[in-house]
Amino acid sequence: MSDALPPFDPDTAGPFLLRSGHVGWLGMRYAGHGPDWVELELPWREDLIGESEVEVLASGPIISMMDMAGGMAIWTRHGVFRPVATLDLRVDYQRPARPRSKVIGRAECYASTRSAAFVRGIAHDGDPADPVAHVAAVFMTINAPGNLERRIGDR
Amino acid sequence: MTDNDLLTPYARSLGIRITDGAANGEAPVLCVDAEGAIEGRPGHFHGGAISGLMETAGYAALRSALSEREGGLKLKPINITVQFLAAAKTAPLHAQARITKLGRRNANVEVECWQDDRSRPRATAIMNVLVADRG
Repeated sequence: MSDALPPFDPDTAGPFLLRSGHVGWLGMRYAGHGPDWVELELPWREDLIGESEVEVLASGPIISMMDMAGGMAIWTRHGVFRPVATLDLRVDYQRPARPRSKVIGRAECYASTRSAAFVRGIAHDGDPADPVAHVAAVFMTINAPGNLERRIGDR
Repeated sequence: MTDNDLLTPYARSLGIRITDGAANGEAPVLCVDAEGAIEGRPGHFHGGAISGLMETAGYAALRSALSEREGGLKLKPINITVQFLAAAKTAPLHAQARITKLGRRNANVEVECWQDDRSRPRATAIMNVLVADRG
């Protein structure tokens, strides 16, 4: 790990990271963290629904939330902000969220090596025991030895 | 089919549009511009916006193909796996799906997205979708 990586505290960095760009546009909110996990929330919004006649959040914003929560879980586990890029992300949908319901996403970084970090998580609409989706993802650090940034960023 | 039949409120809100309609058995081509709603780390698309575009392209392909079948069919997501191959930078991002299987109960769809050079995809996705009777 290179030196001089900025420390990462999700309680202070979370609201800052979520205020602009794609996640800011979605209205994503920081909800909490543990040693290796982060929880975010996606409020229900009429222009983010997946079908005109059903008032349920589309799946796209849920992918965005789980991707963001995954990255933040990695930084939380390591306590430093080391840029990562999502390599692979899989979402298994168990059921639609309830109409007009917010969706909560919790991602846990359960393992990591020098260059890869492994994340799993769930999205639910109130009861974590009854998820709307399960998620698995692999992230790569992008300033790792071998300069992955050059390989994945500037092909 | 009109664009409104192929794009969800979420997709239209994100700025996704159809640049080439379905023709000759090919699925429609979708595009989203690199504006604020899609930005992840500065100067790059957020992975979630890339995934949202590809998922939308997958459903647009299925809705186009199913428009020839009897009405009343509803698409429900089973899963999606996204592979991020290269960072998507500040330029329009395009996506097109290819239906691998369209059965009576489920469909399997591959999606590819690219920027200036179609032979260098930025990401790919595979989706399994349930094709259910409405109601």
